[in-house]
Amino acid sequence: MAGKTLYDKLWDDHLVKQRDDGSALIYIDRHLLHEVTSPQAFEGLRLAERRPWRIDANIATPDHNVPTTDRARGVEGIVDPVSRIQVETLDKNCDEFGILEFKIKDQRQGIVHVIGPEQGATLPGMSIVCGDSHTSTHGAFGCLAHGIGTSEVEHVLATQCLVQQKMKNMLVKVNGKLGPGVTGKDVVLAIISKIGTAGGTGHAIEFGGEAIRGLSMEARMTICNMSIEAGARVGMVAVDDTTIDYVRGRPFAPKGEQWDAAVEYWRSLHSDDDAVFDKVVELEGADIQPQVSWGTSPEMVVGIEGNVPDPDQESDPIKREGIVRALKYMGLQPNTAITDIKLDRVFIGSCTNSRIEDLREAAAVVKGRKVSPILKQAMVVPGSGLVKVQAEQEGLDKIFIEAGLEWRDPGCSMCLAMNADKLGQGEHCASTSNRNFEGRQGFGGRTHLVSPAMAAAAAVTGHFVDVRQLLN
Amino acid sequence: MRAFTQHQGVVAPMDRSNVDTDMIIPKQFLKSIKRTGFGPNLFDELRYMDEGKPDQDCSTRPINPDFVLNQDRYKDASVLLARRNFGCGSSREHAPWALEDFGFRAIIAPSFADIFYNNCFKNGLLPIVLPEEVVDQLFREVEQSEGYQLAVDLEARTVTTPAGETFTFEVDDFRRHCLLNGLDDIGVTLEDAELIRSYEESRRKTAPWLFGAGR
Repeated sequence: MAGKTLYDKLWDDHLVKQRDDGSALIYIDRHLLHEVTSPQAFEGLRLAERRPWRIDANIATPDHNVPTTDRARGVEGIVDPVSRIQVETLDKNCDEFGILEFKIKDQRQGIVHVIGPEQGATLPGMSIVCGDSHTSTHGAFGCLAHGIGTSEVEHVLATQCLVQQKMKNMLVKVNGKLGPGVTGKDVVLAIISKIGTAGGTGHAIEFGGEAIRGLSMEARMTICNMSIEAGARVGMVAVDDTTIDYVRGRPFAPKGEQWDAAVEYWRSLHSDDDAVFDKVVELEGADIQPQVSWGTSPEMVVGIEGNVPDPDQESDPIKREGIVRALKYMGLQPNTAITDIKLDRVFIGSCTNSRIEDLREAAAVVKGRKVSPILKQAMVVPGSGLVKVQAEQEGLDKIFIEAGLEWRDPGCSMCLAMNADKLGQGEHCASTSNRNFEGRQGFGGRTHLVSPAMAAAAAVTGHFVDVRQLLN
Repeated sequence: MRAFTQHQGVVAPMDRSNVDTDMIIPKQFLKSIKRTGFGPNLFDELRYMDEGKPDQDCSTRPINPDFVLNQDRYKDASVLLARRNFGCGSSREHAPWALEDFGFRAIIAPSFADIFYNNCFKNGLLPIVLPEEVVDQLFREVEQSEGYQLAVDLEARTVTTPAGETFTFEVDDFRRHCLLNGLDDIGVTLEDAELIRSYEESRRKTAPWLFGAGR
């Protein structure tokens, strides 16, 4: 019999019941909540006169709607009344049911996918869900983690389980070493560009290979975060020393004897050598350049040395139509060099790239340089209050501010523009976020997805530039 | 949840691939704490010429006459015909809420994004996967014939054209059962409450570090 994949092991460990009809009850260890996708779930719970099954499995924080300036006034300081009601509703629901919440004025508040790992509330081997598609982030710890809809948020609150169908196994292997200046973000954009936005649909992806093994937890989180952009709800990396070193000593991580027992179990969280995957894709790390998205789908990506594509060169009629539509929305001509795209704003932040390592990489590029006068704005939004504190202890805030970037308070911010941070119509933005969909960062806004280092390089030049030239 | 057994209705063609949930319902409407009322803002950025705001009267907004749902022949559509990877991106259940609130009961496409596909079943909305060549054929037929309708039968797992041509589709048994009967799947899961408790007890022994963190 063939060995098990990491996903098989995680599935088996959380299986409460296999039903005859092919569906299964899967137990959920950790449920993360935020203000946007939870209010209707709590309301449903009340209407059905149900209580949360296990309070201590839940951790909440407001992130999507929170302002990134003037935070001293807390919830009262949220200018948009509709946003304020949503954050107040989360506070009320968590207070009523006794759910731990890092409220807006708590230093531990931040983007839900940043605070889970930061607190040690994300532990290897857990099943983790949240009403947010980027829950795949937590798979970087060898977790079974994925986004769910609001009905399933209610289901998890009420039963601590989900009804699931087992996914297929997919291995994405990145061989060899990455070149200097090439980051986790470039790796995942290169993967999406290779397999497409539906390449992982119906699959749980495990990222492996020497290049992945060599990455930090932050970079692995960036890669798993965007597995949903390749269509896969679940993205995972096997547990190794890097994982265990990251978790050690965090507030909610086990201590003493429990720590030792946990580590022993965590060491088993990798695919067996003879495990069989339904699909395998390989990339060579050395071939990956810094990446830039030119279109309105995360698969519309090229290397920094490349050009905007020409639809006439595309043979698939549906893809050709997609390119034509994207170029029109983006206001770009076929065959334009990526380095010739002029920018209006730069956004460094989001659950994809707002952790300490991301901020260090961006700061290393802008240090001693100035934001291009061509830009209307360049902003840095740390992923959590604690990331912000750490960055300030390291002096990163001063580097950003001296270079002319804005240093903000934590939240999802311009990744999806539910708060006041947004693009104007027609504006081009170099963004470290995860989605370049039409209107995502603001009505008519034009998003280009890049790494923090590439966003920083764009900030100091006003257009895209190969960050490797600035690092030399 | 509203049950779905059979439905026949006018088909609207949404002729683009990778329609994401940001497109189906833009972020500013996600600030609502209700499950209803999203219909007027379905496909807001494609449907109207201006930037939509929450709680706005949409009847006076400038509409985009080229957008499919603004054309008279598709105004009463209840079956959406779509392209590859429909519903990709964000997990927002507001997307199926908006489609359902507008009046859609079924969506036909060659493929759907996983989370969106799952969310539809929780809201009485049936996503149907048909082969690409069949979807191509349906697009041609819809365009050629005004008032074109399709009949969907979930019990039989079939889609039937006005000419009587029938296509069968796959749907897993549990989802089909819940949708046919309009079942509250939380109630179904709670029938196994004892099993969940005994699983929990054994995990408390083997992996105690998984418990107690959030309080």
